[in-house]
Amino acid sequence: MLRATLFLLFAATALPGEARVAIEQWTAASGARVSFVESHALPIVDVAVEFAAGSAYDPQEKAGLAQLTLGMFKTGSARYSEAELSRRIADVGAQLRDAIDRDRAGFTLRSLSSEAERRAATDTLTDMLQSPLFAGPAFEREKSRAFANAAEAETRPDSVAERRLYALMYPAHPYGLTANPASIAAISREDVERFYRTYYGAGRAVVTIVGDMSREAARILADGLTSRLPQGKGPDLALVSPAQRGEFERISHPSAQSHVLLGLATLARSDPDYFPLFVGNYILGGGGFVSRLFKELREKSGFAYSAYSYFLPLQREGPFLVGLQTRRDQAGEALARTREVIEEFMARGPTPVELKAAKMGLIGGFPLRIDTNRKVLEQVAVIGFYRLGPDWLDKFAARVDGVTLEQLRSAFARHVDPARLSIVIVGAAR
Amino acid sequence: MGSARTACLSAALALFSAAYANPHEYHLSNGLRLIIKEDHRAPTVVQQVWYRAGSMDESIGATGVAHVLEHMMFKGTRRFPAGEFSRRVAEAGGRDNAFTSTDNTVYHQQVHRDRLPLVMQLEADRMANLVVRSEDFAREIRVVMEERRMRYEDRPRSLLNESLLATAFAAHPYKWPVIGWMSDLENMTWRDALAWYQHWYAPNNAFVVIVGDVEPKQVLAWARRYYGGLAPKALAARKSLTEPVQRGAKRVTVKAPAELPYLRLGYKVPVLRDPAKDWEPFALSLLAQILGGNDTARLNQTLVRERRVATSAGAEYDYLSRGPGMLFLYAAAAQGRSAAEVEAGLLETVALVAAEGISAEELARAKTLWQAEEVYRRDSIFAQALEIGELESAGLSFRDANRVLEGLKAVTAAQVRAVAAKYLVEVGLTVAVLEPQPLAQRAPSVPAKEN
Repeated sequence: MLRATLFLLFAATALPGEARVAIEQWTAASGARVSFVESHALPIVDVAVEFAAGSAYDPQEKAGLAQLTLGMFKTGSARYSEAELSRRIADVGAQLRDAIDRDRAGFTLRSLSSEAERRAATDTLTDMLQSPLFAGPAFEREKSRAFANAAEAETRPDSVAERRLYALMYPAHPYGLTANPASIAAISREDVERFYRTYYGAGRAVVTIVGDMSREAARILADGLTSRLPQGKGPDLALVSPAQRGEFERISHPSAQSHVLLGLATLARSDPDYFPLFVGNYILGGGGFVSRLFKELREKSGFAYSAYSYFLPLQREGPFLVGLQTRRDQAGEALARTREVIEEFMARGPTPVELKAAKMGLIGGFPLRIDTNRKVLEQVAVIGFYRLGPDWLDKFAARVDGVTLEQLRSAFARHVDPARLSIVIVGAAR
Repeated sequence: MGSARTACLSAALALFSAAYANPHEYHLSNGLRLIIKEDHRAPTVVQQVWYRAGSMDESIGATGVAHVLEHMMFKGTRRFPAGEFSRRVAEAGGRDNAFTSTDNTVYHQQVHRDRLPLVMQLEADRMANLVVRSEDFAREIRVVMEERRMRYEDRPRSLLNESLLATAFAAHPYKWPVIGWMSDLENMTWRDALAWYQHWYAPNNAFVVIVGDVEPKQVLAWARRYYGGLAPKALAARKSLTEPVQRGAKRVTVKAPAELPYLRLGYKVPVLRDPAKDWEPFALSLLAQILGGNDTARLNQTLVRERRVATSAGAEYDYLSRGPGMLFLYAAAAQGRSAAEVEAGLLETVALVAAEGISAEELARAKTLWQAEEVYRRDSIFAQALEIGELESAGLSFRDANRVLEGLKAVTAAQVRAVAAKYLVEVGLTVAVLEPQPLAQRAPSVPAKEN
C-alpha cells in the first residue's frame, strides 16, 4: 500500500513542470564552482556567492574575524562609498544580505530580472567582492558594533548555553569557538585584509544562480563575479577530534527559564549515514508536531514550548543537538525526561509504524522543499558547496525510502553515544 | 534617474500582474467566504483559515485567551482525536501551524495539491467540533506559560515593546500583549477557552484563503462539501473601540539584564480605511521606508554609520490593521553611548524630515523597493495568501491590492513631509527605554555534579 503510494508520487514528481529541479553545474573560468537553475516563471533572479570562509577559519584568539570581514564588504569599495553601494542596490529594488555559518560566508542577492536592474545589482556585488576598501574608520565602527553585539549575547541565556555547548563538543577545534568581546578586541584591520586575501579566492567560491536568466547570461555573470578575486588558496579545515566524554555544566542566570542543551560532534556532510540519521531524527525530534521529544516534553508533560533535536552536517563532523527551555525550577526533571526519550530511542529504535510515517512525511513533503526560488537557491547552494551532486534532489525521495530500521538503528548507535553527550543548563544554579 | 527606473519597473510589473490577477471569491450560504488564487509554478498549495478573533476581542482579566484557544485547537475532535490533525498532515508531507495576532487567529497548512481535500476536511471539522477537555487545558496552559517566558520574560526587548504598548494605549485592547498577562493565564480555566471557541468559531466569522496549484471550481466543490454544512452562529455585536486622543508624550522604562540601552518610540498614526480616498497611510508607509527600511535609510545612515551613536536602528509601520495604528522607531545604543543620545538622534532625524522634507531620489527609491517587494512576494504562495488575508482582515478587499499600489505611486515628497510634520510629534509619542542591568551573578561557568 505504502509502496504503491510512493510509486505514484515518484511518477508524478518526475513529470516536467512538477516538483523537480534541473541543476546545471560547471566551473567558471576563475575556478569558482557554479550551479544554475533556470526558471522564467517570475521576473526574479536570486544569486548566492559563498566562500569557504566561515567562522571555522577564525584564529582561536580572534574569534569573530570571519564575520567582521564579511560585514566590511558593504562599507565601501575602491569605486563606491558605503552610501553609494547601499543606494545602488536599493535604487533598483534589489535585496542584498550577508550570511555566515561555521563553514560558509557570503552574500545572497535578489533582484528583478529586467536587464538594467539586474545588471546594476550584480555589478555592485561584483565590485564589493573584488575591490573592498576595508577602510580604517569603517573598520573601527564595525568592530565596535561587533564588540557590543558580542557583549549583548553574553547576557542572553540562550546564547550563553549555545556558546558553552559548542566549546564542550569541540574542545580543540574552531567549530567550538564563539566570538566574544575579548576575541573581537584582538582583531586588527590587517587581520581582516589578510583573511580576505587568504579565504576569498575563486577556488574557495561557490556561485549559485536561480531564476529568470539564460544559461549564457549565467555563465557571464558567474565569471564576472569571481574573475578578479584574491589569489589565495587558503588552508583546509582542521580535522575534528571530538570530545570523547560528555561534560555537564550549569551556569547561573537570573532568567525565568532554564535553557537546556545536549550535544555531541558527529556528522560530516559526506557521511554515508546522513539519510538514516536524517530520517531517524525526524522521528526523535525533528518532525515538528509529531516527534517523540515534542510529544513527551510538550504535549504530555507541558514542560516546554519548544523541544527539538537536529543534526547539523558540516564539512567536518557537525553537531547532533537537542534543546528545550523550561521554567527554571523544573529543568532537572525536564532533562531527565529528555534523556529517557533519547535512551529509549537508542535502545529500541523507532517502530515500523513510525518509520513508515516518517518516510511518508519526508517524501510527501519534498515538493514543499523546492516550491519557491528562494528555497531552491538555499538547497542548491548547499548541494554546490558540499559537492553533493546535481542529482541530489532527484534522488532524495529514493534515498529516504531506502532507509531500513536496521540501518537507522546502527547509524544512531555509531553516531549518538549518550555517554558522549555534553549537557549545558543555563538558568537555575541547581 | 530615479523616475526613469521607476517607470521601467512599472512596465515590467504591469505585464506581470496581468498574468496573475486572478483571485476568485465565493460565498457559501453559511456565511463563510472563500478566496482562491491560482499559482501553478509548483504542485503545492496553502490553506489559511482566518478567524476574526484576536487579542483585541478579549477583555481585561481574560487576556491571552485567543492564543490559548489556538493551542487548544490542536487537541482534537470526536472524529479526529488529539494528535490526529498533525499526524495526518505530517503523513501527507504537509506543514501545519497557526498564529494569533491582535486582530485574528489564523490556521494554515501547506501540502501537495493532491492533499488539499484532507486539510480542508480537517479544518472544517475543528471549526465546529472541537472538544475542550479540562485535562488537556491544564497541560496546554503550562505550555503557553513557557511560551510567554521564552518570548517575553527572558527577552528584554520584547518586554520593552510590551511596556510601550501598555503605556501608549489607555483604553484600546492593543494595550495588552497577544500572549496575555501571566496572571490572566494563571487564572484562566478550560471554560474560558471553550466559551471563546463557542463565541467566535463559526463559518460566518471566518474566511478561507487558498493559493497554489488548484482549479478554483474544484476547490469550491470541496469547500461546499466540507465547510458547507457547518451552521452559522449569531455573533454578538462588536463594540466600537476608540482610543482616546493622546494629549502629551508618555514615557516608560524597563530594567532587565542586557548590555546595551535600547529604545523604542511609538507615534499614534492613522491606518488605511478607505483605499479610494486615504493617502496618509501610503505616505506613512514610504516615510517608514525612508527612515528605516533599508541600509541607506536615514536612521541607519545617520545614527549607525555617520554619528555612530547606535549599533542598529530602524522604523516599522503597518498600514493595515483593525485597530488604531502606530509608527515605531527603534535603536540600540553603541558602546559607550547613552539612551539619551540615541533618543535625541532619533528625534532629530524625524524633525529633519518634518522641517526640510525628503529628496526626489529618496521617494523614488522607497517606491521602487515597495514595488519590487510586490514582485518578490510572488515567489511564495504563503506570502500571497497572507497579503490577501491581511487586506480582508483589515476590513478591505483583496481587490484593493491594486489601488494600494496606485495610492503608493501617487504619493509626493510634500505628502511624506506633511505626515511627518503632522504625526511624528511629541503629543502622540510614547518613549520606551530599556535600562540594562548587570546580570545578578555573572558567574564563570562551573562544572557541576550531575543530579
